[in-house]
Amino acid sequence: MPVNAALAAAPAAPLTAPPATPPATPLLRPVSGWGGYPRAASEMLAADAPETLPALLRGRRGVIARGGGRAYGDAAVGLRTTVLTGALDRIRGFDPATGRLRAEAGVTLADIVRTFLPGGFFPLVVPGTQFVTLGGMIASDVHGKNHHREGGFGAHVEALTLLTPDGVPRFCSREQNPDLFAMTLGGMGLTGTILDATFRLRPVESGWIVQRTRIATDLAAMLEALEQDGDATYSVAWIDGLARGSALGRGLVYRGEHASGDLCRAAGRDLFPSPPPGRLTVPPGWPAWTLNRASVTAFNALYFRRGAAAGSPGLVPWHSYFFPLDGLRAWNRLYGSRGFVQHQCVVPRHGAGAVLAEILDRVARLGTASPLAVLKRLGVCGRGLSFPMDGYTLALDLPANAATFALLDALDRRVVAAGGRLYLAKDARQTRDTFEAGYPELPAFRDLRRQLGADGMLASRLSARLGL
Amino acid sequence: MAGTLLLVGATSDIGHAVAARYAEAGWRILLAARDPERAQRNADDLAARYRAEVALLRLDILATGDFARWLDGLPALPDTVVCAVGELGDQARAEGDLAHAEGVMRTNFLGPSLLLGLVAERFAARGSGAIVGISSVAGDRGRGSNYVYGAGKAGFTAFLSGLRNRLAKSGVRVVTVKPGFVRTRMTRGLRLPPLLTAEPSEVGRAVYAAAEGRGGDVVYVRKVWRLVMAVIGAIPEPVFKRLSL
Repeated sequence: MPVNAALAAAPAAPLTAPPATPPATPLLRPVSGWGGYPRAASEMLAADAPETLPALLRGRRGVIARGGGRAYGDAAVGLRTTVLTGALDRIRGFDPATGRLRAEAGVTLADIVRTFLPGGFFPLVVPGTQFVTLGGMIASDVHGKNHHREGGFGAHVEALTLLTPDGVPRFCSREQNPDLFAMTLGGMGLTGTILDATFRLRPVESGWIVQRTRIATDLAAMLEALEQDGDATYSVAWIDGLARGSALGRGLVYRGEHASGDLCRAAGRDLFPSPPPGRLTVPPGWPAWTLNRASVTAFNALYFRRGAAAGSPGLVPWHSYFFPLDGLRAWNRLYGSRGFVQHQCVVPRHGAGAVLAEILDRVARLGTASPLAVLKRLGVCGRGLSFPMDGYTLALDLPANAATFALLDALDRRVVAAGGRLYLAKDARQTRDTFEAGYPELPAFRDLRRQLGADGMLASRLSARLGL
Repeated sequence: MAGTLLLVGATSDIGHAVAARYAEAGWRILLAARDPERAQRNADDLAARYRAEVALLRLDILATGDFARWLDGLPALPDTVVCAVGELGDQARAEGDLAHAEGVMRTNFLGPSLLLGLVAERFAARGSGAIVGISSVAGDRGRGSNYVYGAGKAGFTAFLSGLRNRLAKSGVRVVTVKPGFVRTRMTRGLRLPPLLTAEPSEVGRAVYAAAEGRGGDVVYVRKVWRLVMAVIGAIPEPVFKRLSL
């Protein structure tokens, strides 16, 4: 590295404009999603500020924005250029009377929680990791453990500023540019680049969750338990992905409610706990063979017994409840250099049992099941390319290899035949056929892309693969 | 004790991190920028995160003739002034383009020095205040790859040193900060060695600790930089001049 060139590093009120024209031969870097598969070369650009982004993107084609890089597959890998939004991290306004927050797209969820939880505010919807950005949460219309009650993240977005492919920032809300707004929620960054957004936080009395763990000994019990949780604020189930036969679909169901301040004080807890510094990191080059059938079986058996022992409700801090995997940094390296895929499907409620049983059985027989199989109830259907629909969503991590891909192709067909679909934020390999079968609003989305002149301009590896 | 901070160079990433640290501690913040519209997002951020009282002011660091009137027009004389103005410029261009070279020198040396010198007069008259100049390790020894910028920073460092010496007994504190590599807009795209590279927030904390805490005259944000620059400074000139730096 040019130590000397960088020795100049010091503060700047930068007077230099970004280059007006893209270089003829851009510097390419290999980039992938969180799963490490697939990996592709892309020019990497970093946004400086919202107002300089139009100049940065001018003349470029095949561009996609990338926030936290937590989409598992190729959704945040630009076909030619990937724009990092990390510097768009300013919060633009917060009204404690309403909980209304306006922030730039690169602000992370971790930052939002760290900043506003001590004042008694928490987002209405959070996904399974806090290292995502606001822009990413909107583009994927992420859901949490409360989709059955609150819908997706997009349902709580009131407005956003979208830089459309013509280089013009547009204000979008349910009143202004309503179609563009609706299609941008879950639109995978393909309608424009989100610059900022306004959304609501909910008041909470504490940073603790009262968690009640229940055992489900098979899939039928599991689905029934999730149905019973319709009135729960949060509900999620962990499934032992290696259990077969009569134990197929066994697991633990976690119901959660925000703990009142009185309860926490009575328990002698700090009302708003901070997460531990998170020093535990999986080192680069971790051997993938450590994640084998024996180790996963042992882990699952242990986990099941421990959970089963803890029957009574307990207080769990927000970070452990919502973001358990964030405690182990770079856990994606557990799968080694070849990476892994996360398969997340949703199947409509009626007839879900048979489809889920088939998926779980076939995955268990493959024998490479991950310790992470998560089942959730989803509520209302979103618009555009938004993933959730009334039904059940199952997420499984599997090593990226030929056997996995062959199995998943078959499972995808089963899912779409049942009226379900696959989550684009997780997808790395589905076919155009299953994609088109799963998203009925796709023609309208494509029309909008054409009207916006987004074809070819805004393109990720995912959009190219799926013919978006 | 929370007071009023005047931050000059309010669109800079380091400047914003410094202001954030002061806002967190409950200070009132005056942000000065040549282009206040571009600093608006930083002002909003401080107000939203810390409920800080923030005001935006227009100041062109090259308009030295306006400084006295501008300072007199402030709502109140601040307790601490931090200058985070800087321009890396383009060394190759500066070698042939005198106007560019002059701009880099004026922006890094002349403007900041004259402004802080004037602030120092007012602080000395009052008998209190802290002055922080964000300089650079690039000013410690001129190198072929960036000596126009480095010379500007060297001048600024020398000016701050003299000011500190002169005001040592006056109750006015003068701090020189040399951040080393910092992950900012200015260094984006460069591959920086992680151990030598600070986050802007580290600079913010270091500035606050030096100016408002137990003090520090010349601050290298990452301590290892003191060693690195000692080594670079110790290389004999006959050797140094032949190095590709």
